[in-house]
Amino acid sequence: MNIDSIKNGLVIDHIKAGKSMQIYHYLNLENLDCQVAIIKNASSQRMGKKDIIKIDAELDIDFDALGYIDPGITVNVIKNGEKVNKLHPDLPDTITDIIKCSNPRCITSVEQEIHHIFKLTDKANGVYRCMYCESLPKISQ
Amino acid sequence: MRHLIDISDLSVLEIDELIDTANDIIQNPESYREKCKYKKIATLFFEPSTRTRLSFEAAMLELGGSVLGFSEAASSSAAKGESISDTVRVVSNYADIIAMRHFKEGAPMAASLKSCVPIINAGDGGHNHPTQTLTDLLTIKREMSRTDNLTIGLCGDLKFGRTVHSLINAMIRYDNIKFVFISPPELKLPDYIKNDVLDKKQIPYEEFTSVEDAISKLDILYMTRVQKERFFNEADYERLKDSCILNCEKLKLAKDNMIILHPLPRVNEITTDVDDDPRACYFKQAMYGKYIRMALILKLLEVE
Repeated sequence: MNIDSIKNGLVIDHIKAGKSMQIYHYLNLENLDCQVAIIKNASSQRMGKKDIIKIDAELDIDFDALGYIDPGITVNVIKNGEKVNKLHPDLPDTITDIIKCSNPRCITSVEQEIHHIFKLTDKANGVYRCMYCESLPKISQ
Repeated sequence: MRHLIDISDLSVLEIDELIDTANDIIQNPESYREKCKYKKIATLFFEPSTRTRLSFEAAMLELGGSVLGFSEAASSSAAKGESISDTVRVVSNYADIIAMRHFKEGAPMAASLKSCVPIINAGDGGHNHPTQTLTDLLTIKREMSRTDNLTIGLCGDLKFGRTVHSLINAMIRYDNIKFVFISPPELKLPDYIKNDVLDKKQIPYEEFTSVEDAISKLDILYMTRVQKERFFNEADYERLKDSCILNCEKLKLAKDNMIILHPLPRVNEITTDVDDDPRACYFKQAMYGKYIRMALILKLLEVE
């Protein structure tokens, strides 16, 4: 596979080194039958090391949720072999079922099939809190 | 359809309107006696309560409505493992409005997502208790004739005390409010409230570990109980339960026009000899709770 020759698809760039698999699983890329390339620890002038994911298919993905997972990433949209758009995902106002509330006193610890929803309460510092109990998330790195 | 989950669900204007309605009910109770005729409130109390449940029930009865519900989780289908969502979906077919208390934080919020009638949070674990806050605001307004330009001392369990968290969120919306927090270090106000609420809005506050060091500064002293049910460890409860006690001796250091509030129940944090002091307003506060809940029921049911 020539990983530079995507015809129509996405290049998710500037992923913090080591986080590509988290994004891979979040986007359910294991279920795609197109070519997907994961480049780990690529050299980067700005970041030192970075990860890159190249997907040779047009996907409808939640860019803002990607912004929560790694706010530094960029998403390049490729059409007919040309970069037609470069997106910088913003922090979403709410994130649903990406992280779980770890507060044992929260209703989410016992209620069946409840959505784990976090709200952005401090945009400047990227702080999210559980919609139900207002606890901070514990993020697995 | 409106719910009341957090005190910030109501604007300052709406709170002022509720206080005005409650004052009118106190003045003219007979004109409200049939306002909720044929309406029902369900009081779903998964955790024990005396004042809150009975004041909701008394409020609806005085408005001419009826009451159904349960007073502990063991006498509901929760004991069989039913979810909050399912309980609320069922009960909202039987009642026009629901008041819910639950030991899990956020339970009324989860209920509101599935309910087809208004949900009132009647206390969710150590998180929020907005109708107590409305009660506190009505009491402050009636006893101090203002809700701004106040130094408010909050004493006792500031970590798990939901009434404290809700009251802070309500009072920061008024001008020139200062807070004085009095608690043992283990029960200090959570950092997220200090950082996200007070520091962010530049609301001044001080922290003390004893009542006598702080009491002379205060216009309002809001006492709270160290709540046994919030501790996972009984030894910690035993160690901390007597941390902050108000008695007549300490009260000598307070301003003559200071008022003492307490959401009740009290255990030993206010000695009974304080009850006769004219500054003790906590039993009046409990009485006002019924009237502000009447006003809230009218608002959420959109009864004119």
